[in-house]
Amino acid sequence: MNIIVCLKQVPATTEVKIDPQTNTLIRQGIKNIINPGDTHALEEGVRIKERCGGKVTVISMGPPQAEEALREAISLGADEAILLSDRAFAGADTLATAFTLAAAIRKIGQYDLVLCGRQTIDGDTGQVGPELAEMLGLALVAYALRIEEIAEGRMRVRRIIDEGLEVIEAPLPALVTVEKEINQPRLPSLRGISRSKSATIPAWTAGELGVDQSMVGLAGSATSVARLFTPQRTCQAEIFQGDLESQVECLVAKLKESGLV
Amino acid sequence: MEYFFSEQQKTIKSLARRIAEERILPVRAELDEMEEFPWAIIKDLAEADMFRVFIPEEYEGLGGGCLDLCLVVEELSRICAGVAVSYAASALGCFTLMDYGTEKQKHKYLPDIAAGKRLTAFALTESAAGSDASAIRMTAEKVEGGYVLNGTKQFITNGEVAEIYTVIALTDKTKGARGASTFLVEKGTPGFSFGKKEKKMGIRASSTTELIFRNCLIPEENIIGKPGMGFLMTMKLLDRSRPGIGAQAVGLAQGALEAAVDYARERVQFGQPLISLPVVQDMLADMAIQVEAARALVYATARMADSGARDFTEESAMAKVFASDVAMKVTTDAVQICGGAGYMKDYPVEKMMRDAKITQIYEGSNQVLRNAIAIEVRKRKARTE
Repeated sequence: MNIIVCLKQVPATTEVKIDPQTNTLIRQGIKNIINPGDTHALEEGVRIKERCGGKVTVISMGPPQAEEALREAISLGADEAILLSDRAFAGADTLATAFTLAAAIRKIGQYDLVLCGRQTIDGDTGQVGPELAEMLGLALVAYALRIEEIAEGRMRVRRIIDEGLEVIEAPLPALVTVEKEINQPRLPSLRGISRSKSATIPAWTAGELGVDQSMVGLAGSATSVARLFTPQRTCQAEIFQGDLESQVECLVAKLKESGLV
Repeated sequence: MEYFFSEQQKTIKSLARRIAEERILPVRAELDEMEEFPWAIIKDLAEADMFRVFIPEEYEGLGGGCLDLCLVVEELSRICAGVAVSYAASALGCFTLMDYGTEKQKHKYLPDIAAGKRLTAFALTESAAGSDASAIRMTAEKVEGGYVLNGTKQFITNGEVAEIYTVIALTDKTKGARGASTFLVEKGTPGFSFGKKEKKMGIRASSTTELIFRNCLIPEENIIGKPGMGFLMTMKLLDRSRPGIGAQAVGLAQGALEAAVDYARERVQFGQPLISLPVVQDMLADMAIQVEAARALVYATARMADSGARDFTEESAMAKVFASDVAMKVTTDAVQICGGAGYMKDYPVEKMMRDAKITQIYEGSNQVLRNAIAIEVRKRKARTE
């Protein structure tokens, strides 16, 4: 079973700071981690490999320092890692990201399963997995809670939907996005850490992927972020004094005055 | 203090700390309260390759020495000494096999131990043989094709949870200590059962039981080394394992010191945090000095063992005695600084104080070890006269 896991390096905080000029994340001084959702995808991939044999390849599109996240993935059980890094990839929205990842997965060639986290904690869109499945022409099972069975050519996956749970059978190769409940990711192992330190991680550029530069990065993005801001909280409190009866009268009068009732 | 660890040692230390903080800390109070063996954590330690640390590379280990093992034990003990001893006892239970076993024996058992699939235990103590280990009564009678074991071992760490037991028994009752031999006994061998599971003051997450042998026949190939070598092997084993108890004590004391500092910074009395009071500062400073001194002695002894030194009985005893006395003192002072809160089970320091006591008792009580140190001191003086 050859498994490809897509992961993203994200800032280790939910309080991201935004550069007001460029509307992009300020990465200075913030520790980077593997996107938490993607650690569950990686763990699932490693568990399937341990059960069925094969190998786990992790790929990530990002700046050169995203290599750290890939090394960490190797310490957590991945066999190989490939970084997709090129200035041309910068500023990608989900469409251009999925396009780039799809090109890399086609270049890898042999695979049975692609695993992604449900969504990232920085972009929060949850779109890349489904877009990637579409571009690669793969069956998609999103929001997976359990991979119940996986064997040559087929899998059965339990997933969560608004109305409850759904069990889907799909042919392989397929793409699965996982919920965090699917597993508890392991800690790194000493042998894994040692392997991760010496692993060679190739960095593929746009040229090596052979992609049309107008389809990647900012140029290939269908959307652009017009403005990113933390909404100002504007609420004013007014405390009514007096006994209960007069407080209620004041409140009713106030609500009527503001047209709320 | 800079201890100049190798890259590998730094990695081991930081991963052990991460396991302790992420996996042990959330459950330590419950494990202590319920006296529950930490199987889930043992699995985490196994998956992280922690049981490989002390096994040679040719048996699927990482080939680390005494110091590497001490670093893991210290980091685990900083959070829970009960979990730490369950891990460390598995090293104790296979060192004799590693040092004196045949290739066949080592290939049979060590890879599973390295993978954390099978825990081990070491069984010496009996009701009549504690500090006086030569007083053991358990017998191993040579019969056609093997040995028949009879007797009862007491207070055995990892009893019942271990799969492989290193057991000391007399093959020749007439020779006392010189008639003792070392055997490997697998769980499930007919005639081998477990007696009382002890309820303990501290290290309550660990399993401590009696081992009962009633006409337990084991194959001849399960003897380690030659008959009559058991006592000597055990003394060598304990020289090598005592720095590990020292490391357990250092970890405990470190955990207690950190808890005391945290509390002293937050607790306000007389309009200021406790940590601003000179009397509390004095206590914390003394605690810090003692912890660091104990750590330095434990590491130095571990490094001496790793350098291939043949005789380090005295140093090993010193490291264990000093560090365990420090653990008792520092955990007691930590409870004192935390006051009423520290005495309550909602705070971790009362557990640390209960856990610390055993480090002064097991693997040679501090009294018998001081006695051994004094003998060396006398011998040294006698040699120079």
